[in-house]
Amino acid sequence: MSCTVRIPSPLRSYTAGAATIAADGGTVEEVLASLERRFSGIRFRMIDEQSRIRPHIRLYINTGEVTALSQPVVAGDIVHVICALSGG
Amino acid sequence: MTATLWIGTRKGAFRLRLDGRRRVCKLSGPQFLGHIVHHVVQDPREPKILLMAAKTGHLGPTVYRSSDRGRTWQEAGQPPAFRKAATGEEPRAVERVFWLTPGHPSERGTWYAGTSPAGLFRSEDGGDRWQPVAGFNDHPMRPKWVTFGTPDGQLVHSVSIDPRDAKHLYIAISIGGVFESTDGGADWAPLNEGCAADFLPDPNAPYGHDPHCVALHPAAPDRLYQQNHCGIYRLDRPGRRWVRIGRAMPQKTGDIGFPIVLHPSDPQTVWVLPMDGRTVWPRTSIDGKPAVYRTTDGGESWRRLDRGLPRSQAWMTVLRQAMCTDGRAQRVGLYFGTTGGEVWAGANGGESWRCIARHLPEIYSVTCA
Repeated sequence: MSCTVRIPSPLRSYTAGAATIAADGGTVEEVLASLERRFSGIRFRMIDEQSRIRPHIRLYINTGEVTALSQPVVAGDIVHVICALSGG
Repeated sequence: MTATLWIGTRKGAFRLRLDGRRRVCKLSGPQFLGHIVHHVVQDPREPKILLMAAKTGHLGPTVYRSSDRGRTWQEAGQPPAFRKAATGEEPRAVERVFWLTPGHPSERGTWYAGTSPAGLFRSEDGGDRWQPVAGFNDHPMRPKWVTFGTPDGQLVHSVSIDPRDAKHLYIAISIGGVFESTDGGADWAPLNEGCAADFLPDPNAPYGHDPHCVALHPAAPDRLYQQNHCGIYRLDRPGRRWVRIGRAMPQKTGDIGFPIVLHPSDPQTVWVLPMDGRTVWPRTSIDGKPAVYRTTDGGESWRRLDRGLPRSQAWMTVLRQAMCTDGRAQRVGLYFGTTGGEVWAGANGGESWRCIARHLPEIYSVTCA
């Protein structure tokens, strides 16, 4: 299953500057694992050691917010990684 | 003798190169612009190696490693992380890596990291892969030792290793107290007797204290000094009772602050930088008149050192990792960085001060490499 992941600028140091990446996986977890295999370290910056999405990160499949990493991803989906930050 | 200062800030790391007369040769950086850099530490066993504790506001925490004195950096393959929580357990996640300490000289490649929430981690491969120190992180008393934290969370810091024994460790926790292990971190015990904790219901509690900074003297490792939320202390082992040497500070100055810095070779000489701990705890230089204080007799007496520092309206805050020496045994150079982005250099043991950098972001740490 191939989808597109939109990478926010704070994570593009892992993707050599690429803003979109094609990734495989039938769930969000599998898509993140696919990213991690290619860009070592990127998953831990988004997902903590308890497999929770970090407090200032949001994930969307197309326009729907991801609430569990087990949510399915289908071919053609766009997974958005959003950095939600406030403060100076 | 030249020196390099590594300055960790809220917005990245900077390198300040100084000549033998402590004049600034070059300020370079920022490295990792936009990253919150809590600590940059050189490995005294392999001086080309540096570790940096970093995160950004939105991304998870990590550690970067340089093997060429900070020219290039590689991210840790496995940053500090708690083990997966078992069913019913509180799930813990490292929010920030706050402190880095190189391991014992006999254990090349070993490092310790202190985190928030309170956790201790160890790497045996030069900082690439980190493992939890289960003896502390899963100690059955840990939930009682660490019940609440600072406004920046619980902080494990001041990891010290006895140079005579790699298995003899000390850590400090804000808030929790000082703890000791004599078996390489497998078990821990509180070491807070004599320290005030006037914010606790029981001021004589065995733990729950707030050590701001603890340092073991490298040349006299039975001696520890502590800048605590409630005063300045000295402990001479094998004794277990801290002595409040801050009582000898001028009463109007008090003995509250964050950093405490030891002379590289003389265990009687120590520097502190008092902050205002009155009323609502402004944590600024007292009355807007910054000064460093030095003892040369183990805390029996203190001398104010403020030549060159602003005489008024200078409301500096200096955090616990933001003051260091240059490691010289004679005519020691001192440095501190402020949350207002200034770096100050004190010549000849702090006898005179001058500002050597300004307009930097909020400074969290200053270390000499």
